[in-house]
Amino acid sequence: MAKLQSSFRNMFLSLSAICLTVAVLLSQVNKITARPIADARAMKLQNAIREVVPPFDNDPVAEAYLMPDGSGDSLLVYPAKSGDELVGFALNSYSDNGFSGTIRIMVGFDMEHKIVNYAVLQHAETPGLGSKMIEWFKDSTKPGQSVVGRDLSQGALSVTKDGGDVDAITASTITSRAFMEAVNRAYSAYSDSREDAYTGATASTEKDEQQPLTEGEVNNE
Amino acid sequence: MNKHLKVLVNGVIKENPIFVLLLGMCPTLATTSSAINGMSMGLATMFVLICSNAVISLLKNVIPDMVRIPAFIVVIATFVTIIEMMMNAYVPALADSLGIFIPLIVVNCIVLGRAESFASKNSVLSSIFDGVGIGVGFTLALTLLGVSRELLGTGKVFSQTLYPEQYGSLIFVLAPGAFIVLGYLISLFNLLLRKQETN
Repeated sequence: MAKLQSSFRNMFLSLSAICLTVAVLLSQVNKITARPIADARAMKLQNAIREVVPPFDNDPVAEAYLMPDGSGDSLLVYPAKSGDELVGFALNSYSDNGFSGTIRIMVGFDMEHKIVNYAVLQHAETPGLGSKMIEWFKDSTKPGQSVVGRDLSQGALSVTKDGGDVDAITASTITSRAFMEAVNRAYSAYSDSREDAYTGATASTEKDEQQPLTEGEVNNE
Repeated sequence: MNKHLKVLVNGVIKENPIFVLLLGMCPTLATTSSAINGMSMGLATMFVLICSNAVISLLKNVIPDMVRIPAFIVVIATFVTIIEMMMNAYVPALADSLGIFIPLIVVNCIVLGRAESFASKNSVLSSIFDGVGIGVGFTLALTLLGVSRELLGTGKVFSQTLYPEQYGSLIFVLAPGAFIVLGYLISLFNLLLRKQETN
């Protein structure tokens, strides 16, 4: 078959046909993969929550709500309940002051203001330096650098260089500071959530904060 | 068959996209901070390369010359989108670590380069072999680069520790190390190639 001439009609038909075929093909692939992609995202979120709060038996993602973090933004709060009793909160917190890009972490608190654990959801810190924060702040053999079990009602966390008592990651003070900022931000929203849970203040004033979230907001990472 | 084998070997050695043609440097330098990342990037590119070479070679007569570039790009972008969706669905951890570089395969000059210089002039079968050859060459180069950088930087290969991390030199994991290792690998490759030729 001879090659088609570059006439306007041929170019138009050829490109249109290619685009149309591609569109049909992609829509089919999308149909197949949309479900697994959504499942994988939900699973990642579920795992992060499971990792950072005491054992629970409710569905924190379905019960998530937004809570102001005291600096003009709101954080997603995932309440963890065992039976009807609250056992902790997981908070999706962040800091924009990392060495490179936004750091997003999931921090879990029990009901006594103590950090249960954390998980790094997203970061672009330097590999080998700042990226150590994924493990650094939960190393149970080094109490100086671990934040697990710390009681934040005693005051906000900060690194030793700033007068605090958390050992920063070697050669990554900026990342460490950003991490502390994210944890403190989470605590601010946590203490409000905790207070609301005990006083029942949510019933009236903050009703509008507790509207069920849309799918997009819940999976927002 | 002999001809196809020649096309294949040509892609791996004589026209190795990284060490000889020096094409597609951006993903090469950026994603090879570890062996597994380099290898997966190579395999993803190979998949796109084989599929786009086959389809473009199949369609070469119905694509008028003046619109060939947009047509090629649409075909390439389709396969990249497919592999991106597949990776997000079935290997989300890998998709996270490769991030933006998967969609950027679309603008990788190797893929468009092979479509333009090989697939649009040759039969479907030899285009597929060219895709495999160039793809294997690309994957090997990226894996080699990833292995060297991971080993020198962190003392590990494919996350298996070979020597303690503190003896590693972090610079190899960072951007400058990518250039240094690539430079040495290219010279080594050329040395071996020249020896081969004189023999």
